[in-house]
Amino acid sequence: MTLELRNVTKRVGGETHIHETTLRLEPGEFNILLGPTNAGKTSLIKIMSGLERPTTGQIVVDGTDVTGLSPQKRNIALVHQFFVNYPHMNVFDNIASPLRVAGLPRDEIVRRVEEAADILQLRPMLKRRPDELSGGQQQRCALARAIVKESKAVFLDEPLANLDYKLREELRDQLPDLFAGRGSVVVYATSEPTEALLLGGRTALVHEGRITQFGPTAEIYRAPTDLTSAQVFSDPPINIAQVVKAKGEIRLSDTVAWQATRAAAGLADGSYTLAIRPGHVSPEKGGANAVRISGEIRITELSGSESVAHFRMGESIWISQTSGAHPYRVGEIRDFFIDTTHCFYFTPDGKLAA
Amino acid sequence: MKTVNNRAWLFVLPVVILVAFNALVPLMTVVNYSVQETFGNNLFFWQGLDWFQQVLRSDRFHAALGRQALFTVTILLIEIPLGVVIALAMPRKGVWVSVCLVLMALPLLIPWNVVGSMWNIFTLPDIGLLGYLMNDVLGIPYNMTRDPVAAWATVIAMDVWHWTSLVVLLAYAGLISIPDAYYQAAKIDGATPWAVFRYIQLPKMKRVLTIAILLRFMDSFNIYTEPFVLTGGGPGNSTTLLSIDLVKLALGQFDLGPAAAMSLIYFLITLLVSWVFYTLMTRNEN
Amino acid sequence: MAKITLDKLRHSYLPAPSRPQDYALKEINLDWRDGGAYALLGPSGCGKTTLLNIISGLLTPSEGRVLFDGVDVTGLAPDHRNIAQVFQFPVIYDTMTVRQNLAFPLRNRGLDPRHIKARVDEISEMLELTDLLDRRAAGLGPDTKQKISMGRGLVREDVNVIMFDEPLTVIDPQLKWTLRSKLKELHQKIGVTMIYVTHDQTEALTFADQVVVMQEGEIVQIGTPVELFERPGHTFVGHFIGSPGMNIIPCELRDGTACIGDFPVALAGPVKAVSQDARTEIGIRPEFVKIAGTGLPAVVRKVADLGRYTVIEAMLGEVRVSIIGPEGDAPERGSEIHLQFDPKNTRLYADGWLATEEGETR
Repeated sequence: MTLELRNVTKRVGGETHIHETTLRLEPGEFNILLGPTNAGKTSLIKIMSGLERPTTGQIVVDGTDVTGLSPQKRNIALVHQFFVNYPHMNVFDNIASPLRVAGLPRDEIVRRVEEAADILQLRPMLKRRPDELSGGQQQRCALARAIVKESKAVFLDEPLANLDYKLREELRDQLPDLFAGRGSVVVYATSEPTEALLLGGRTALVHEGRITQFGPTAEIYRAPTDLTSAQVFSDPPINIAQVVKAKGEIRLSDTVAWQATRAAAGLADGSYTLAIRPGHVSPEKGGANAVRISGEIRITELSGSESVAHFRMGESIWISQTSGAHPYRVGEIRDFFIDTTHCFYFTPDGKLAA
Repeated sequence: MKTVNNRAWLFVLPVVILVAFNALVPLMTVVNYSVQETFGNNLFFWQGLDWFQQVLRSDRFHAALGRQALFTVTILLIEIPLGVVIALAMPRKGVWVSVCLVLMALPLLIPWNVVGSMWNIFTLPDIGLLGYLMNDVLGIPYNMTRDPVAAWATVIAMDVWHWTSLVVLLAYAGLISIPDAYYQAAKIDGATPWAVFRYIQLPKMKRVLTIAILLRFMDSFNIYTEPFVLTGGGPGNSTTLLSIDLVKLALGQFDLGPAAAMSLIYFLITLLVSWVFYTLMTRNEN
Repeated sequence: MAKITLDKLRHSYLPAPSRPQDYALKEINLDWRDGGAYALLGPSGCGKTTLLNIISGLLTPSEGRVLFDGVDVTGLAPDHRNIAQVFQFPVIYDTMTVRQNLAFPLRNRGLDPRHIKARVDEISEMLELTDLLDRRAAGLGPDTKQKISMGRGLVREDVNVIMFDEPLTVIDPQLKWTLRSKLKELHQKIGVTMIYVTHDQTEALTFADQVVVMQEGEIVQIGTPVELFERPGHTFVGHFIGSPGMNIIPCELRDGTACIGDFPVALAGPVKAVSQDARTEIGIRPEFVKIAGTGLPAVVRKVADLGRYTVIEAMLGEVRVSIIGPEGDAPERGSEIHLQFDPKNTRLYADGWLATEEGETR
């Protein structure tokens, strides 16, 4: 099936939660809604699932307008950030509950519950109650309930946010396989850019109630159409600076300038906002297009396999991110190299120029 | 985020109808009576606000209102602090929790007229447990049916016995909702038990205590059955609270007009005090 | 400020523990330097919060002693230990202003009001709370509330140690890194011993000079963040730290040479004595696996494009192996590839524990 939002808006009181949005979601791949907290991801999910009615616009499923239809009549499943299970039922009955509501025969229920339990490794826990399970198992139980229904649309609203780090990794790895080949539209909301990249599929960037960009995840990561999209899809935050192009040269400061190459060569002279991901600001000189900048190290972070340094250059703070553990010292002045082939240039109104 | 769905009003409809029959129709009847004079036979004469003036100027009403206010203030002053103290003393964990909760809930389960009868027998000077204890064991003269002070004390003791549990249960619910971390942080910050009460427990109980005070105010201000069964308003008029007085006026003397005016005044006082109190208590939120 | 010593510490929540699994904390011996920044890292249920509560005095251990500067404090209540603790959910006193909140621990100790004011001003400056000092604390956001909780620990000059129990749980991901770095900066400025409990590797590795990795009530490794990443002492550490975690591949030991199937694998150093029936495994991080023309044959199962690099998951027989490859040119799903391990970073583990010495490659 396909799920479409046509000119949907949502206003509550005097506040606009969702600005006019048109979006078409296809089955087969994960559709990710990526944006910071309160950007409007949950609002969008509520509208798509029918929990809330849009103020204007239509929800269209397979060409049929379902705007006024209640969620009960839409054959959808929703998995929430908090582990929502029936506390008084054991895992088997929890997973079976939507099938019992649908009035399926007993054998069929047993068959489908056991199949879902096998996929999610819940077989040994079928007789236990949710409060006897770990957080990861509870969320797997909620996920099993969502897949057993064979819903046409599945909404996952930050389902991993409340799990331990490693559990999150494990479950995230299984998720795409779980829904593959079922022909349902899967919508996954997250606030973490890395999670979107790991899940792949297609991503819609959500910012202050607007979808700023929508497309294949890795593609929109590499080619943001505007500054906001670049900022939403970057963790750590993308580096931003004002630059001036003149005489074929991009000038970042009095001492730092480089020859405009590739797309940047075609830019008209004038002021631009430069954005470069922390991953392309390296402590080691990369290739021919590396330009040296330097600054005082303010903060260093080590996240498992990666090192992050925040350094001050002039008035602004820059961030560098590299693989491996780097021994930075806070307070030292250090050279970094920006890879100019990975710079984005935006016009003053935020549109991508090159 | 709130969902607005106009169909939701349909759910409220049964309540609206129920309230209309239950409250609005009788209320309008009372309003009708309060501005007219009737001598039966369905004969009515327009009386304007005369009954209201008469009631507001009558010494009898003033006295009953005074007694009522004294009663309500006294039981609030006793029940709220006592309820909080008992709630603080109750265990938070373990098997004793349910035992305490059941014990606390017991008085609330007894019908009101039974409470009055129980206390009536309890306080009989000769065979009642309390009466016997006071007169014969402790040697304190005690006869509720003759001594106004004893009657007052008994009515108040009875209300405290009957209703403090409600405050305890509400306060307890407020207390157990405080996460352990608060107590641990306070310990680490070196807070005294008083400071823990003042800055953690009391603020966290504020909402439930507001509700407790409101409920106890409204209930005690309208109290009728228990003191009526216990003392019948006596000796003399010493325990004739507003509602007892009202019944005397309406059903004893069949002064339906003044009684209707009085009940409206009574109703407005309850409403006004509740509203002022609630507004004051919730003013500082958000 | 104080040096902290944990001496033969054990704890069980059961009244009569007998078997090792009855203990939430198995024997722990530790020495923590005065003024250090330490992290207790492990999955939920590993005993890290139990250990924290024992140090703070909220819990009395079943066995063993806790010493601050050599003085036994095992039996002392938290308020007599001069410690501060920041909890998972921000604890603030709702009815007080921010200033009163920060002053509360000092007022309880009966300090001079002028001194209190000066100290509160100084700490609120560091925490960037100065503008909010006279606001009611109740209406503020979770990150500000958590800063206030931290502030109540920092204002006290007599504090032996400040402890943090997963303090960023309720903080927005976008605000996490600012608070994380703020905390690090404060530690560098104030120099008081800090202990930070978390299940999040980034928080632990970023904050601490020394990280204690725990699993099932036991300490599996203590080391600097770099050591934990480069030389995990246990397969659990390798798996838990790094994302994706270290690849753990079963292998056989033939005459001191590790073999995966029939392929011999070069290791970072000589193999220690390993008992005959020990379970032997190769540990190598995805960063150090290369796709090459020759080597161990594997089939690509999954490819994730992370923008800056690619994570490739391949099946080496029955075992999944993650590979971190450069941006672009990733192999197709289902294609056959060959893997080569960087010998300097390939280690042998026996029954989970590191079994190669550091030294010459062989």
